[in-house]
Amino acid sequence: MRGRDMEGKGFSKWMEGSGPHSDIVISSRIRLARNLADLPFPHMSEEAQQQAVDAVNKALLESPREPLLSQLRLVRLGELGTVDRQILVEKHLISPQHAQSGGHKAVLLNQDETLSIMVNEEDHLRIQCLLPALQLHEAWRLTNELDNALEQHLSYAFSETMGYLTTCPTNVGTGLRASVMVHLPALVMTKQAGRVLSALSQVGLAVRGLYGEGTEAIGNIFQISNQITLGQTEEEIIHNLSAVAKQIIDQERGAREILLRDSRLQLEDRVYRAYGILSNARIISSQEALALMSETRLGIDLKLIKGLDARIFNELLLTIQPAYLQKAAGAQLEAGNRDVKRAALIRHSLGEQRSQG
Amino acid sequence: MMCQECKQRAASVHITKVVNNKKEQLHLCEECAVRYQPQWAFGLEPFSIHKFLAGLLDYEPGVEDRKELGARRPGQCEACGMTYHQFQQVGKMGCDECYRFFAPMLQPLLRKVHGGVDHLGKVPQRTGGKIRHKQELARLRVELQQHIAREEYEQAAKVRDRIRELERELHED
Repeated sequence: MRGRDMEGKGFSKWMEGSGPHSDIVISSRIRLARNLADLPFPHMSEEAQQQAVDAVNKALLESPREPLLSQLRLVRLGELGTVDRQILVEKHLISPQHAQSGGHKAVLLNQDETLSIMVNEEDHLRIQCLLPALQLHEAWRLTNELDNALEQHLSYAFSETMGYLTTCPTNVGTGLRASVMVHLPALVMTKQAGRVLSALSQVGLAVRGLYGEGTEAIGNIFQISNQITLGQTEEEIIHNLSAVAKQIIDQERGAREILLRDSRLQLEDRVYRAYGILSNARIISSQEALALMSETRLGIDLKLIKGLDARIFNELLLTIQPAYLQKAAGAQLEAGNRDVKRAALIRHSLGEQRSQG
Repeated sequence: MMCQECKQRAASVHITKVVNNKKEQLHLCEECAVRYQPQWAFGLEPFSIHKFLAGLLDYEPGVEDRKELGARRPGQCEACGMTYHQFQQVGKMGCDECYRFFAPMLQPLLRKVHGGVDHLGKVPQRTGGKIRHKQELARLRVELQQHIAREEYEQAAKVRDRIRELERELHED
């Protein structure tokens, strides 16, 4: 059993970077919004929040042998410090809003952090599964099982006609948000990303940056998710997103081939410059690091840079983040100091890889 | 008019700021305006889905809807006390019962956001038995018509038997 401060040490499964299309798809996520029947939604009162936490806790205690529920441990966010809460955000296990202090907020996590449940975010429950690479169907299977297991103990707010009732009517129905995190450097370099991604809104999909709603696409990483939750089955929603993800993968692969064919030397120059800076910089912001990591990773994926494992970048995506750096250093760090630590960390991991390879 | 900032290029961006009833006007060229931008953004709230939704909710019911709603347009959820006005402000429901009380006003919103208003997805296993049967029945009836249209009478008979079985179960419940 890991202690309360494990948030800073363990890695999440999604960072492994192996699975179908892992050269382009970083992770797949399924999230279900659920609320308890006959209890006001979390934003209405702290008492309702308290009751929701108690109900979930009781469900866990009642099912010590249930295969999925027994794996979960409950963490009350009020008992964690700011840095630990921020690490959960950086791992994509909770949302930035959920990390804000106040209220009775909790999160349930399993051992490899593939399954998590936010308690009292916008809804009483936000059940999610996060897997590496393109594995939406598997993520749905797991989330669905966990949802079924919970439903044996909890009565959900559900309407025959409107489906699962959520705090925000934009989630009502299935309460399902499926998303994939994709790395599209070649589409960005060839200036096609805008064209490809803007077409998605016409098929009911949304595009966001690395950390969800309202964030920028840094490091050429985009999050694509469904918008519509009512009037389609879960399978339809997931199938649609999967199909679109595969098309985007094809487009990105096509753009990579064109770059290799038409401007190989320029591309080689660019990825090696990025690699050069990453391996030598002494001070680096996370924004710059993410941009250079994207280009270096493209160089590795296209076998222009050899002897490096692309998966190291999935780990770095997390380890270079502010809270994670501070946890590793065991101290609060000013932004300037973080940039120094970050540069050292990147040099170290690239160097370590090199000497192994 | 010259740009107030660089005093070199023609001003093409005109900004009027009102702070504490004091009106201030700025005339900038495009280049200086871009640099000025972070200052405009200051104090503006970040875009939120709830505000956006609240905007959609501001809609006035059309003549048809008004007839339908009549005088029974509810102002408040009896379970949690959330008023429709509050909902319009924050874009969040107060509890599951709000969906029932505000249903007439919600329908047009759901149609706008999702394109449809009927849930076709998952149903709770433990508490949703009856609904699941109903969904299954609806699905089987469509299947039956398809088999008949394709003259696949053997399959059609099987589906028909399953429909009868489900109908019997529903009645017994």
